[in-house]
Amino acid sequence: MSAVPLQQENRVRAFAEFYLATARAAIAVQFQYRTANYFYMLGMVAEPVIYLVVWSSVARSSGGAVNGITAGEFAAYYIVWTLVRNMNVVFGAPFWEWRIREGELSGQLLRPLHPLHHDVAYFGGWKVVNIVLWLPIAAALTAIFHPTVHPSALQIGVFCVAIWGAYLVRTMFQSNVGMLNFWTTRGAAAFDLYMATELLLSGRLVPLKLMPGWVQTLANFLPFKWTFYFPIESLVGDLSTRDLLVGLGAQALWVLIGLALLRFTWRAAIKRFSAVGG
Amino acid sequence: MPDSSSAVRVAGLSKVFRVPEREAGLLAAAKSLVRRRTRDVCAVDAISFEIGAGEVVGFLGPNGAGKTTTLKMLSGLLYPSSGDATVLGHRPSQREREFLRQITLVMGNRNQLQWDLPALDSFELNRAIYRIPRNDFRPVRDELVELLDVGDLVRKPVRNLSLGERMKVEIVGALLHRPRVLFLDEPTIGLDVTMQRRIRTFLAEYNQRYGATVLLTSHYMADVEALCKRVIVIHHGRILFDGQLAALADRFAAYKTIEAVVGDGERISLRVPRNETSQATARLLADHEVHDLTVEDPPIEDVIELVFARESAE
Repeated sequence: MSAVPLQQENRVRAFAEFYLATARAAIAVQFQYRTANYFYMLGMVAEPVIYLVVWSSVARSSGGAVNGITAGEFAAYYIVWTLVRNMNVVFGAPFWEWRIREGELSGQLLRPLHPLHHDVAYFGGWKVVNIVLWLPIAAALTAIFHPTVHPSALQIGVFCVAIWGAYLVRTMFQSNVGMLNFWTTRGAAAFDLYMATELLLSGRLVPLKLMPGWVQTLANFLPFKWTFYFPIESLVGDLSTRDLLVGLGAQALWVLIGLALLRFTWRAAIKRFSAVGG
Repeated sequence: MPDSSSAVRVAGLSKVFRVPEREAGLLAAAKSLVRRRTRDVCAVDAISFEIGAGEVVGFLGPNGAGKTTTLKMLSGLLYPSSGDATVLGHRPSQREREFLRQITLVMGNRNQLQWDLPALDSFELNRAIYRIPRNDFRPVRDELVELLDVGDLVRKPVRNLSLGERMKVEIVGALLHRPRVLFLDEPTIGLDVTMQRRIRTFLAEYNQRYGATVLLTSHYMADVEALCKRVIVIHHGRILFDGQLAALADRFAAYKTIEAVVGDGERISLRVPRNETSQATARLLADHEVHDLTVEDPPIEDVIELVFARESAE
């Protein structure tokens, strides 16, 4: 006997088919939980709204702007932030802990495909639902906070690519942090450290323009900025064409660095897998 | 015993887990912060066996014997501590795609389908994962659905299925790529008798139809008796017996049971030492008017229990 014959198509097409099938499954699941999803997204809006209210008040009390950022520009920054934050939810370190503990990983390791493909494809499908659900939230925030934003066609195009770039950069680095779970049952502690660093150096807490010069320089050489600040600024900021393209290039570079690192950590990690959860 | 046609070869395979341990209490917890104590647990201890292509082998042992650990090493989930294993000519620990495409591991207590979606969606996902051409996929899927009689279940979300129903659709999902080697870890656990029988019949049919090699663990001896001519008994990580199921009783059961209907219908049951069975039977026939007589080995459950008890005593 022989296994069912392998599809004699090129690998790219086979991967595309897998990605589409997985994304479709993710979309179907997310639509089943649409109400829960919506509440989850609304909950996530609380954080940027607090930042927005604080910085708008500071801008108004400082004569209309802080470091040249007006209340309307803060509004634009944090409204776009809400979408970028949702795009940045990835299959991260805590999920790795869960998938190992619950035995979920065992099932995925039996497949002739690296689990990373599942993660990227599944959450990719989820993002499609997120974007659709985000549109009314963005409309409501726009009506309330009156953002100042006049993006060019190029900026819109770069932004559409950059939010997916941010998603991939964060997936790679979160997965690398997730690998720690193969060595310790307390990988969440490393995740917390990662999150704290990201909060300060990504533009999540405040636009990087408001940070000290040395922090801005440091952020240029780390992956965090390219997951928050760059995608947001690509739409609402005044980045030149060169800056926009350099940003996309930086994202691609960090994806490749994260991937190379993951190949290395995965090989070591998988030998330590004890399949305790099943 | 299998030779060049072996689907599975295992030579001196071991798996040692390093597990942390400490006494109960706050003081012990505080001490463990400074000095972490660990202990090596040898779950599988230098086992060797071969399984021929198309063979169905029962892998028996009490809880913690090393059965599941062995199956996980053979399916590429666990990296062995030492020794060697090949499945269909591949080293499982290398996790090559071509290897993973040809095997499956079904665990009775695990769900590998999408919980919130109908099984049909998971099947479609498996089609993409295993790169099964559409023309081949549909007939295989429909055949498996028919064999397991799950036509009305595959459209319901998996979370709405009972344990037995879920197990059946789980098996369909695991076999869509028509694996050549099946590792089945207690596939009938928790199922009612009818469902167990259905799955047993299906597995026997699948093995006959496709010549698949099967390594099966189960605590239900009915599964083993129905499917396996050969069994491997493992205890404390070591193999105690590898041979025909029928030979297990010959080697380990010290007695046989003689059941007879005598005189005016009185039913008697005698347990006699194995080497005295023929004399006891002859004496019974000579001394009584015997209407019916059977000589049997003890039930397989009792034999297995004897094997474990003897090993523990040693």
